Amino acid sequence: MNKNKKINHVIKKVTSIMIHALYKAYVKIKPSLLAIGLGLFIGLIIMLIFDAGDAFPALGTLLIGGFNGGLRGIGNTLYQAAPIILTGLAVAFAFRTGLFNIGASGQMMMGAYVAIHIGVRFNLPGTFHWIIAFLAGMLAGAIWGLIPGLLKALSNVNEVVASIMMNYIAGNLLIIFIMKYVFNPTYSRSLNILRSAELPLLTSVFPGSTANIGIFIAIIVVVIAHIILHKTTLGFGLRASGFSMPGSKYAGMNTKANIITAMTLSGSFAGMAGAIAFLVVGKNIGTAFEIFPQGFDGISVALLGLGEPIGALFAGLFLANIRMGAFYMQRYSFVPQIIDMIIAVIIYVTAISAALQIIFRRYGKEIKAWRQRRREKKEGQ
Amino acid sequence: MDILYLLIQNTYISMTVLLVVALGGLLAERSGVTNIALEGIMILGAFLGVWAIHGLEMYPYTLMTRFVILVIAAIWVLFVIFLINFGLLKLGIKRYGLSGLKLKQREKMVYILINGVLTVLVAVLMQQTLLKEPLPKQVILIMGIMTGGVVGGLYAMVHAHASIYMKADQVISATALNLFAPAFAIFTARFIQRGQQIPFSSSFMIPKIPVLSDIPLIGELFFTRVFISFYLALALLLMIWIIVYKSKFGLRLRACGENPHAADSLGINIYKLRFTAVTLSGIFAGMGGVIFVISTSTEFNVTVAGFGFLAIAVLIFGNWRPSGILMAAIFFGFMKTIAASYMTIPFLDNLGLQKEYYELIPFIATLIILAFFSKNSQAPKALGQIYDQGKR
Repeated sequence: MNKNKKINHVIKKVTSIMIHALYKAYVKIKPSLLAIGLGLFIGLIIMLIFDAGDAFPALGTLLIGGFNGGLRGIGNTLYQAAPIILTGLAVAFAFRTGLFNIGASGQMMMGAYVAIHIGVRFNLPGTFHWIIAFLAGMLAGAIWGLIPGLLKALSNVNEVVASIMMNYIAGNLLIIFIMKYVFNPTYSRSLNILRSAELPLLTSVFPGSTANIGIFIAIIVVVIAHIILHKTTLGFGLRASGFSMPGSKYAGMNTKANIITAMTLSGSFAGMAGAIAFLVVGKNIGTAFEIFPQGFDGISVALLGLGEPIGALFAGLFLANIRMGAFYMQRYSFVPQIIDMIIAVIIYVTAISAALQIIFRRYGKEIKAWRQRRREKKEGQ
Repeated sequence: MDILYLLIQNTYISMTVLLVVALGGLLAERSGVTNIALEGIMILGAFLGVWAIHGLEMYPYTLMTRFVILVIAAIWVLFVIFLINFGLLKLGIKRYGLSGLKLKQREKMVYILINGVLTVLVAVLMQQTLLKEPLPKQVILIMGIMTGGVVGGLYAMVHAHASIYMKADQVISATALNLFAPAFAIFTARFIQRGQQIPFSSSFMIPKIPVLSDIPLIGELFFTRVFISFYLALALLLMIWIIVYKSKFGLRLRACGENPHAADSLGINIYKLRFTAVTLSGIFAGMGGVIFVISTSTEFNVTVAGFGFLAIAVLIFGNWRPSGILMAAIFFGFMKTIAASYMTIPFLDNLGLQKEYYELIPFIATLIILAFFSKNSQAPKALGQIYDQGKR
C-alpha cells in the first residue's frame, strides 16, 4: 500500500517535471513557431492572390515536403539538409560570440572547391581519399573564416562588411580555379570527382537518392559544437563575449582570441558544408558567377534555431524539407521561388519577434481588461 | 585614343549606378542604420521600374497605362513643387527672420507668382510630353527611374520600420529584404508572363547632344554616347553634398549617426530622422536598380550583378563622404569596365588574365583599405546600433 503511494508520488513528480520542461521548451521556441506560422500565412496569402484554387493543396505539398517522394524524397531531403544544418551551425556559432557571419557562403564555396580539387586531381586509396578531401575542405573554410576574424580582432573591421567582400572574392576565385585546374570544357563545369573521393552513400536505405553520410557528420558536428559551446571553458568565454564584449574583457578574457577562434570554427563548419554538398559524383560547380544560396539559408536556420546548435539541426531539417516541398509543388501552377519569399518573411519576423511579442502581450492585456470591464458591467446590471 | 574615350564612356555606366546607390547608402549609414538591403531594393526597384518602361513602350496605351503614367508623374511633380516651396519658405525665414506662417504681402505675391509659373510650366510639359503616343524615349526612361525610386522607397520603409521602430537587428532584417526581392520578382514575372525576363526595346543612350558635343575635348568626354542618368547622378551628388553638409537636416543626420542620445537630448526625433534617411536611401537604390538595367542590358533578368554590395564597398572606400564616394565610384567603375572589355586593350589582352581577376580587384582593395586605414576611418560611431531612448 505504502509502496504504491510512493510510486504514484514519483510518477506524479516525473510527469510534472516533464510538463514543466515541455512548457519551458515551448516558451523558448515560441518566437520560431510564431515566425514560421506568420511566414506560411503570408505565403498562403500570396498563393491565394495568384491562384486561389491550387493554394491549399500546394501549401499541403509544401509542408509534407520530402515525404511526397517516398524514401527517395526523404533521402534527397537529408542530402540537402546536411549543408544547410552546417551553414546554420556556422552562423549560429558566430552569433553566440556576437558576430554576424554573413560569409558562410564564401567559406562554403572555398570548402567545396578544395574538396573537389582533391577529389579530382589526387589519387589516394579508398576511404582515405574522401576523409582527406573532407578535412581539406574544412580547413579551407576555416581559413576563409579566419580572415574576417583577424580583421575584426586586429583592426576592428566590421565582420559583416568584411565577410561580404570575402564572399565576392570567393565567388570570383572559384571560377578562376575551376577554369584552371578542374575544368570540364564539354559542360563548362567542374569535372566529376573520382569514385573513391565520394562520401559513402546511403543508397541501400534510400534507393535512387543522393543521400550520404553527410547527415550523420552534420549531427556529430552539431553535438560537438553544443559541447564546445556549453560544456567547456572555451565555450563559456565565447558566450561571455557574445553577451558583452567589454564585460568579458573586463573579466580578463582574451576577447580578440575569442573572436578569431569563433570565426575560424564557424568557417570550418561552413567549409564542411561545402565538402559534404559536393563530394558526390555528379554534383559539379558551374562557371557562371554565383554566391551559394546555402549560406543565406544558414542565416535563417540559425535564427530559427535561436542561435543554438541543436536548434540549428531541427531548423535545418525543417528548411530542407520545405525546400523539397517547393520542388514537388511545381506540379501545381506555382513557381518554387515562393519558398524564398516565405523564408524571407520568416527571417523578418524572427528579427522583429521580440517587439512583436511585446505588442501581442499589450494587446492581450487590453483584451483581458476589456473583457473584465464587460463582465463587470453585466454583473452590475 | 578612341579606345580611351570608349573606356571612359563605359566607366560612366558603372560609375553612375554605383554613385547613385552609394549616395543612398551614405544617407542611411550617416543616420546610423546599416543598409545592406541595397541589393534587394535595387532588384525590386529595377523589376517594377523596367516593367513600367516595358509597359510604356507598348502602345496604343490602355487606360491603365495612362493612369499609371499620371499617378507617377503627379507624385513626382508634387514632390518637386513641395521641395521648391519648402526651399523658398526657408529662404524667406533666413532672410527676414520671419516665422513661417506670417508672411508679408509682397512675399505672398512672390510665392503665388512662382507657384503659378511652376504650375503652368508643369501643365505645358505634361501636355507636350505625357499625352504623346508613344512617349519620347527619354521621358519613358525618366518615368521608369521614378517608378524604381517610388518602389525602392516603399520597400526600404519595411526595413526602416523593422530596424528603427521594432528594434530588430539591422543586418537580419536587411537580409530578409535581400532574399525576398528576387524571389518576388521571379514569382510575379513568371506568373504573369510565363518567363522571368522583362525585355524593353529602346536603347536609351544619347549618341550626341546637339551643340555641346562639338566642344573639342569636353564634348567627347561628357556629351557623346551618354545616358541621361549620368547627369542625374551628378545632380544627386551635388544635392547630397548640400543636404549633408549645408542643411539643418544634414547636421541632424550626422549627429544622429555619431551620438543619437546627445542628439535626442537636444530635441531631435531620432526615429523619424532615421526613418526618413532609410526611406531616401531606398529611393536612391531603387533608381540605381533601374539605371543599372537600362544601361547594361536589354532586359531585366532578376539580377543587378552584386552592384548593391559593391555600392556598400564604394561607400566604405569613399570613407562615408560624398567626394570620396565619387572617387571610389570612378575607381570601381573603371575596374568593372576593364573586366568587361580588357580584350580590346592590347596591353591587358597580352597579360592573358581572365576577367575574374579584374572583378576581384575592387573587393580586395576594399578589404585592404579596411584593414589598414580603419584607424582614421570616418565611419559613423553609432552605425548599426539599435537606438533605444530608454538606454543610457
